[in-house]
Amino acid sequence: MKILVAVKRAIDYNVKARPKSDGSGVDLANVKMSMNPFDEIAVEEAIRLQEAGKAGEIVAVSVGPAACQETLRTAMAMGADRGILVQTDDEVQPLAVAKLLKALVDKEQPGLVILGKQAIDDDSNQTGQMLAGLLGWGQGTFAAKVEIGDGTASVKREVDGGIQTLTVKLPLVVTADLRLNEPRYVKLPNIMKAKKKPLDTVTPADLGVDITPRIKLVKVSEPPARAGGVKVADVNELVAKLRNEAKVI
Amino acid sequence: MEREAMEFDVVIVGGGPSGLACAIRLRQLAAEQGRELSVCVLEKGSEVGAHILSGAVLEPRALNELMPDWKEKGAPLNTPVTDDRFLFLTETRAVRLPTPPTMHNHGNYIVSLGNVCRWLAQQAEAAGVDIYPGFAASEVLYHEDGSVKGVATGDMGRAKDGSEGPNFAPGMELHAKQTVFAEGCRGSLTKTLFERFRLRDGVEPQVYGLGIKELWEVQPDRHHLGRVTHTVGWPMDTATYGGSFCYHLEDNLVVIGFVVGLNYTNPYLSPFEEMQRFKTHPAIRDTFEGARRVSYGARAISAGGFQSIPKMTFPGGLLIGDTAGLLNVPKIKGSHTAMKSGMTAAEAIFELLRAEDEPGKEAVDYPHRLKNTWLWDELYRVRNIKPSFHWGLWPAMAYSALDSYVFRGKAPWTLHHHPDHESLKPAAQCKEIVYPKPDGVLTFDRLSSVFLSNTNHEEDQPCHLTLKDDTVPTRLNLAVYAGPEQRYCPAGVYEFVTEAGEQKLRINAQNCVHCKTCDIKDPSQNINWVTPEGGGGPNYPNM
Repeated sequence: MKILVAVKRAIDYNVKARPKSDGSGVDLANVKMSMNPFDEIAVEEAIRLQEAGKAGEIVAVSVGPAACQETLRTAMAMGADRGILVQTDDEVQPLAVAKLLKALVDKEQPGLVILGKQAIDDDSNQTGQMLAGLLGWGQGTFAAKVEIGDGTASVKREVDGGIQTLTVKLPLVVTADLRLNEPRYVKLPNIMKAKKKPLDTVTPADLGVDITPRIKLVKVSEPPARAGGVKVADVNELVAKLRNEAKVI
Repeated sequence: MEREAMEFDVVIVGGGPSGLACAIRLRQLAAEQGRELSVCVLEKGSEVGAHILSGAVLEPRALNELMPDWKEKGAPLNTPVTDDRFLFLTETRAVRLPTPPTMHNHGNYIVSLGNVCRWLAQQAEAAGVDIYPGFAASEVLYHEDGSVKGVATGDMGRAKDGSEGPNFAPGMELHAKQTVFAEGCRGSLTKTLFERFRLRDGVEPQVYGLGIKELWEVQPDRHHLGRVTHTVGWPMDTATYGGSFCYHLEDNLVVIGFVVGLNYTNPYLSPFEEMQRFKTHPAIRDTFEGARRVSYGARAISAGGFQSIPKMTFPGGLLIGDTAGLLNVPKIKGSHTAMKSGMTAAEAIFELLRAEDEPGKEAVDYPHRLKNTWLWDELYRVRNIKPSFHWGLWPAMAYSALDSYVFRGKAPWTLHHHPDHESLKPAAQCKEIVYPKPDGVLTFDRLSSVFLSNTNHEEDQPCHLTLKDDTVPTRLNLAVYAGPEQRYCPAGVYEFVTEAGEQKLRINAQNCVHCKTCDIKDPSQNINWVTPEGGGGPNYPNM
């Protein structure tokens, strides 16, 4: 069974995101970018399935500018076998990404697609679900444990109040949650080897997908500064403040 | 423990201007002469540029020599210096002084050195250099005959107590015919080489400054593209070496920084708070009206100059850039000299390997070649300026003028240095300094500042700020010097806390911005800075 893993190049999780002064987006000039952490978990899961003999080839896919090649090389240094970059400098929204992935699934015919549950830059949490919808496949989202059986997979999900276990038919879309696994450290020789692994580049037009944005970004701004706390003398003052100033009771 | 090993012709430790220039020059020579030469650069930051912090006004002399077509290749040198100012500050006033000859910046560019390094890394990769960011060289490896064999990267995934965690990955050995140490100021491996090969015998001790820098986005009407301002005087007293820099670069960005000589004597002095206080000066604060702070960081720089340059070669390797102390102090510039030393070392290594293509040889030709370049002459001429500040600001200014204008740097004497860690006086002999509280608009506390350095270290790993004797912080540093580490550290790493009625040092290693000040200034040299897990440390954008 072939596995397709989608990886996004996102602002690094250590970097404090800062809106541009005109509010048109987040300032990414010379800011450290890396693989979306949930996608790293997705790649790790694919590799573990392969190591356990449950999967064959692992194909990593990314959508975005040429710099996404780096992200694909990281996936390949972790253990993915080859990479495909859908190269575009235009904005791509979740629906467009899902359509592009669908086109690649049609071409590559994987038995399993693993994605991060969401990207830490826009926190959309939509691509995996949309992809499953477009493909008409089952989906195991927010996966905390994945077990591949014969024609089906069991996906454990952390839901409010416990763990929900789903049995889903293959082929399947899985989105990775935080506790699915802990991604490995990339080793130096594997980085070298990854440079020699095949990386194909296609465009959205090659795949016949219209990526025109459907959603308009109005403004990006910093959250309002937190006002300092105050000390109250007694319960009456607290109640008065909650009622009259905070207006919460 | 068995570690995997990889073989290269040259391994370079550190992806700064010196290391990258060295790598590029090596590949240029290899290409010119049709030789195979594998070159690898290790960088402890998460990417090239992540740990680079500099003013910076770049003198393009070395870059012109390395890549005359840098402009066509898109080097981020976008802002020529248009206006040079030199101010003396009193608490309320600013007096414009003639700009000292070493600080003329005509033909230079205001840059983010981090971005210059990012660009150099692209050029290096295009030239066939293997660059590995996120890997810290943590150990020097030796052949049986004592020559340097290469370096090993640190283990990944070790827990706090030193045990192997679930994702443990042992370090790698990188073997090379020549290993180039380009660690920047106070390199942690270079420090061990100094001892092992006695490289500092017969030279003056190295002395240092701590530079603290902030990047601001200012209102367009407060921005003067290409303006360079340096100040001396307030808030330093005339006995303490220090001064500021303020550069206006593209996109309404302004950098403001303060350098304090680490030979200061009062343990109550806090370089961080001096920097914050400095910004409130009437001649300075105007620029930052309505502005927002974008980034923060700190880094020590070598200030010993010519007389502190160690022996730079040893069997199997050599030193380049600021880890060898090749900074021009009165110019407060070291990236052009760093690059030049890297290029010169590359030429020496290339010739050496052409004659004797085997490991463990000493590139003895490197220092000779360096002595015949402009770099050596430049450093020699200014060698007496910094040490003269030992006499205080005004005598030093007078002496510097004499040294520069009358002797033109060729005075028949050379002034001496004293090690920085010996300069602190006991707290009892000093006056406590009370700093104003930060206002959260122009001035800030340490923690909100460190936040902007984007620094992070994997939490569950052994502490990389090691103490030789863990009773020293309370027994000596706190008792005699009132705990200077809590003040000189610009990242709030060191904190004295009371536990069960006893004061104890707490080390918040996660905050560390890799400036190396503690390793330099600790009075009994009890703190040893070693590399944390690769990829840890600041993630400076545009610094």
